[in-house]
Amino acid sequence: MKHLLTTQGLAKDDAILLLDTAAQMAATQSRENKKLPTLRGRTVVNLFYEDSTRTRISFETAAKRLSADVINFSAKGSSVSKGESLKDTALTLHAMGADAVVVRHSASGAAHQLAHGGWLDAGVLNAGDGMHQHPTQALLDAFTIRRHLVGGVGHDGRGTDTSAGADLAGLRVAVVGDVLHSRVARSNVYLLHTLGAEVTLVAPPTLVPVGVETWPCRVSYHLDETLEQWQPDAVMMLRVQRERMSGGSGAFFPSPMEYSRKFGFDARRLAVLPDHAIVLHPGPMNRGLEISAAAADHERSVIVEQVANGVAVRMAALYLLLSGETGQTTDERNAQ
Amino acid sequence: MSTASPQAYVLRGARPYGTDPVDVVLADGVIAALGAPGTVAVPDGAHEVDATGHVLLPGLVDLHTHLREPGREDAETVFSGTRAAAAGGFTAVHAMANTTPTQDTAGVVEQVYRLGQEAGWVDVHPVGAVTVGLGGEKLAELGAMADSAARVRVFSDDGKCVHDPVLMRRALEYVKAFDGVVAQHAQEPRLTEGAQMNEGVVSAQIGLTGWPAVAEESIIARDVLLAEHVGSRLHVCHLSTAGSVEIVRWAKGRGIDVTAEVTPHHLVLTDELARDYDPVFKVNPPLRTAADVEAVREGLADGTIDIVATDHAPHPVEDKDCEWSAAAFGMTGLETALSVVQQTMVDTGRMTWADVARVLSESPARIGRIDTAQGRPIALGEPANLTLVDPGATRAIDGRTQVTASANTPFGGMELPGRVVATFLRGRATVLDGAVADQMEGATR
Ligand SMILES: [Zn+2]
Repeated sequence: MKHLLTTQGLAKDDAILLLDTAAQMAATQSRENKKLPTLRGRTVVNLFYEDSTRTRISFETAAKRLSADVINFSAKGSSVSKGESLKDTALTLHAMGADAVVVRHSASGAAHQLAHGGWLDAGVLNAGDGMHQHPTQALLDAFTIRRHLVGGVGHDGRGTDTSAGADLAGLRVAVVGDVLHSRVARSNVYLLHTLGAEVTLVAPPTLVPVGVETWPCRVSYHLDETLEQWQPDAVMMLRVQRERMSGGSGAFFPSPMEYSRKFGFDARRLAVLPDHAIVLHPGPMNRGLEISAAAADHERSVIVEQVANGVAVRMAALYLLLSGETGQTTDERNAQ
Repeated sequence: MSTASPQAYVLRGARPYGTDPVDVVLADGVIAALGAPGTVAVPDGAHEVDATGHVLLPGLVDLHTHLREPGREDAETVFSGTRAAAAGGFTAVHAMANTTPTQDTAGVVEQVYRLGQEAGWVDVHPVGAVTVGLGGEKLAELGAMADSAARVRVFSDDGKCVHDPVLMRRALEYVKAFDGVVAQHAQEPRLTEGAQMNEGVVSAQIGLTGWPAVAEESIIARDVLLAEHVGSRLHVCHLSTAGSVEIVRWAKGRGIDVTAEVTPHHLVLTDELARDYDPVFKVNPPLRTAADVEAVREGLADGTIDIVATDHAPHPVEDKDCEWSAAAFGMTGLETALSVVQQTMVDTGRMTWADVARVLSESPARIGRIDTAQGRPIALGEPANLTLVDPGATRAIDGRTQVTASANTPFGGMELPGRVVATFLRGRATVLDGAVADQMEGATR
């Protein structure tokens, strides 16, 4: 793989290789010395145009555990405020000899432009671009789902993961919330579909994009009906930003209370699910809005584990990007 | 003015409107002779132009050009923009009002008008703003602009929509006094806040905020009904959707005095081009779907859409070499318009060259009320505003080698049919042998 920009068009073999590599990385993380020498001498730049301490720390931890040199480049607001352009920043990183650039940007397509603008040789890893994609989030979600629902790891995180090489065939995943603005939803729909899972998006119609009909998933406007009748194996709650409820006539739903009543996940809705079902959330959570504290802290919630799995998945992505082991790049496959 | 009579030309074997070859003599600014090859009297010293196989059209007229001067001379000037227009076969352009300062007073429209005369490659007709500073709140002095030396007849807040229905009604009514027309940029502002591209399958996948077709169609529907109610003339700028074509077709069927334009890019490009996030394809209204492209072609062929107008919108490199959402809207078009119309409408058999003359010269001249001078028939005694095009030629498009000061053509790297061989403005060659004249004799500079 040269770049990891999107899960749309990511080949199934590559996706499974990423998950298997992440499993190997995760296994090393229970050792006392967590550090691997793999990327010694390589430079990874975290280029963050948006504040996201969680994601930046996850990537930084991943790179450091692989012994890479890490440079944090915070360029918050620079393109919008007409500071240094994306192009000039890319040329700077090129001159600094970056081997991989992890980029987070509020503009959809920024990672694609960095990878294909002709400004930079480095591998580009998309850490979230606008409303478009956040592929490592989807990979860590798929990794977490696979460990528990295919690999036999218990709710408590104990047990050996036996899912190496497996896909997610036959599993049902409900993705609930603000699909319209969500790069997490877009990334998950395509990756989960590629891995053989069935996906249902659940949201009020105002938070489903026009044009969703070509996505490889179902759409429902009713959470209770989906939980009761479809019986998902995993429920993934999306963060609802406070600004979606403001703006007067432009608000996407009438009130937080109504949203919670119809789309919030709580203990009552958890009880409807099959016993093995798990609950995910990409974080940070709005407790009391899209998820109740009781559901978030329930033994079937794997939300805290997702954070740890994020480091393993990002180690895998950086390793595969920088070691250049696969012949055909994901990107070349994506082009077809 | 020099006292010597200007250079005469004889075009040998040119095909007016694509019909049988004739020889055409241009002298003293008019078509001095026209007849079967070898039968016309040619003045001494006339410059011979071998026009064998070339199509002769009335000089093209653009109703929608952004010349950017005053204010954004880094993107284009009247000088560079009118040279680009001549290169594209145009003899007149309407310069849109969104300059800095805005073309919303007699003083500014006269300034642009004079800059056009000083340049001399095409007639420049300034468009007047409908509202002060394009602010959408207060009518600009439309009458003063109409009475000025620039004789403004087309009024538009293009780039912005006159969205207030009362203000739009007043503007439509007011310009009746001087036979003006309001050219509406149809874009409901609340439905397009933050909009980046056509709302549909592609925007849903690539995560860009959608610009829904209904935001255009709802304004057009409102405006045709307003025009009917007050008995005014309405022009719809750059319509881009199948629904818009249907609404205009319905309005014309009712006898409403509405005309409509489509851009060359909406005749051929679609929103699929946004997938690589190259802002050269970012334009307002946005590129739509293949079904919309088919609908606007059909509308142009059946006369629902009256004209093709370029919406030539030059931008400096830095406004396009950036993130999609930070990039400016717009693409250049003067030098590719005729080729795109040939490719999409003539070479496909949907239109004749006479139709091309209608949609790119006669009708835009009539809508702009400059049809006593432009968009005239190719006939004896008529002003010699003419365009000679070689339809058999093929051109590779490269933004860096175009005459316009900006490089943001969406057709870069593509091959397009047809090449403008010569353009004549009142008998003077602004383009000859495919090359734009360096200096225009007779320009007022
Ligand atoms: Zn416009």
